[in-house]
Amino acid sequence: MVQLMNRTENETQAAVSPLEAPVREAAKPVVYDTKQLNLWYGSHHALKNIDLPIRENEVTAIIGPSGCGKSTYIKTLNRMVELVDGVRTSGEILYRGRNIFEAKYSVEELRTRVGMVFQKPNPFPKSIYDNIAYGPRIHGIKNKKVLDEIVEQSLRGAAIWDEVKDRLNTNAYSLSGGQQQRICIARALAIEPDVILMDEPTSALDPISTLKVEELVQELKENYSIIIVTHNMQQAARISDKTAFFLNGEVIEFDDTDKIFQNPADQRTEDYISGRFG
Amino acid sequence: MRITEQQPGANKRFIDPASVSKRMDGRKITNTVFKTLFFMATLVALLVLGILFYRILSQGLGFLSLDFFQNFASRFPEKAGIKAALVGSLWLMAVVAPVSMFLGIGTAIYLEEYAKKNRVNDFIRMNISNLAGVPSVVFGLLGLTIFVRALALGNSILAAGFTMSLLILPVIIVAAQEAIRAVPQHVREASYGMGATKWQTIVRVVLPSAIPGILTGSILALSRAIGETAPLIVIGVPVIIQFLPSGVMDTFTALPMQIYDWAKRPQADFQQVASAGIIVLMAFLLLMNSIAVLIRNKFQKRY
Repeated sequence: MVQLMNRTENETQAAVSPLEAPVREAAKPVVYDTKQLNLWYGSHHALKNIDLPIRENEVTAIIGPSGCGKSTYIKTLNRMVELVDGVRTSGEILYRGRNIFEAKYSVEELRTRVGMVFQKPNPFPKSIYDNIAYGPRIHGIKNKKVLDEIVEQSLRGAAIWDEVKDRLNTNAYSLSGGQQQRICIARALAIEPDVILMDEPTSALDPISTLKVEELVQELKENYSIIIVTHNMQQAARISDKTAFFLNGEVIEFDDTDKIFQNPADQRTEDYISGRFG
Repeated sequence: MRITEQQPGANKRFIDPASVSKRMDGRKITNTVFKTLFFMATLVALLVLGILFYRILSQGLGFLSLDFFQNFASRFPEKAGIKAALVGSLWLMAVVAPVSMFLGIGTAIYLEEYAKKNRVNDFIRMNISNLAGVPSVVFGLLGLTIFVRALALGNSILAAGFTMSLLILPVIIVAAQEAIRAVPQHVREASYGMGATKWQTIVRVVLPSAIPGILTGSILALSRAIGETAPLIVIGVPVIIQFLPSGVMDTFTALPMQIYDWAKRPQADFQQVASAGIIVLMAFLLLMNSIAVLIRNKFQKRY
């Protein structure tokens, strides 16, 4: 119902100015504002003039064919992309109003505010408890009681508490792939982030685990802003509020998910979501 | 031929089942021939080792007694003991282990975790591997020039320890690099992604996974240092010593030096004393290698 209403509202908006992202009655504040971002791997121009305002408490999906720069983009948001040698950027990304490329900006601090979930579940070869407590510990929390609470709260937040509460001391690698991925989400929640970046979090999971993660994303957006890269267009349509379509390092279209999937403005977007390429 | 009998539109068939079964016997014989060949190669190695063990045990066991461990070197075979050499080797290890492991593991961490991948660093990496192949006598000459003479440490435990450390440093660096490289990149990313610094990631994620490999490599390198003779000879480590060192600046002797000295003496009895010394040295090596295996089995983590 709500979605339907939103759509009609958006369509009227779109009729007025089809190129601008629709503005809702009370637009949520922008968390991440990307302005004229360019990125090169050596001589390869991977991201071209990206402009993308990402709003609070929404799920923003990034779709596009392989090699279009969507993973690069999400890794730029917490500057993980800098782990690759020979990366250069220009332009700016404002996180809560401050340019993350500023010389004085501390990456470690940025990554404390912005959690990340990776494509392949990557728990540490430690116990479930130690996995979740890793973040709080590196940020200086030593009190066992506080850690206990954080671990429980994070595992509940990732909807996996009931499955693992009796074996918190077993190695995280003994869990199934889907459970491992939710442990990784819980681990990201434990640093109490503001934004959660998800880089194809379900591509290595079976359909049931995928469904669980998708449901989780829906719950999490109440408290977090979520940016999710996905290869799966149905997934983007199911779980996101906004969708950005990337192609060859450019943002072709960025709009409400319903608009993108039902009435895309650009022919290339339509070709992609209708499966004509990619 | 069958090939032409295929339905139109079906894939052409290129593997003829008849010729496959015709050649099958030949393939299996080749397989058996090579298997036997490699088994023989293993057997030769084992045989040589067996003969060596037998000769040394049969010659040396008679001389192994409590006195052998309690006596200093002597002109008389029946009074000769290994006390000075054994204690000297332990002192040597006490210097070599911390120095070489600190420098080696530190270098490996820097090269793998901090250094950027550029030509200068590639050149450094390549040369470290090459250093591992430099003859030990060359390291002995280096030690003689720098530690014994320039730094005036004389033929002390410290000079010998530093020299031996240099000798095994490349081996430790390479082993530690391999162990660190074996830690999957994605667990590092998980750590960085939560706001951990490089140092926190190294201490909490990389080293716990890499430490079994690092220790195994280091211990194997240390056991090489225990058996090395050439650098000690070049440095001028004496053989006949009638006292125990009381500090790292004292002179000393080591197991391989003592064995070398006994083995070159004309009296036949000293050959047997040398064998007894070799048994002690081998027991020492065996002990260290078992510790390495134990560490590897106990702490190994699988991904």
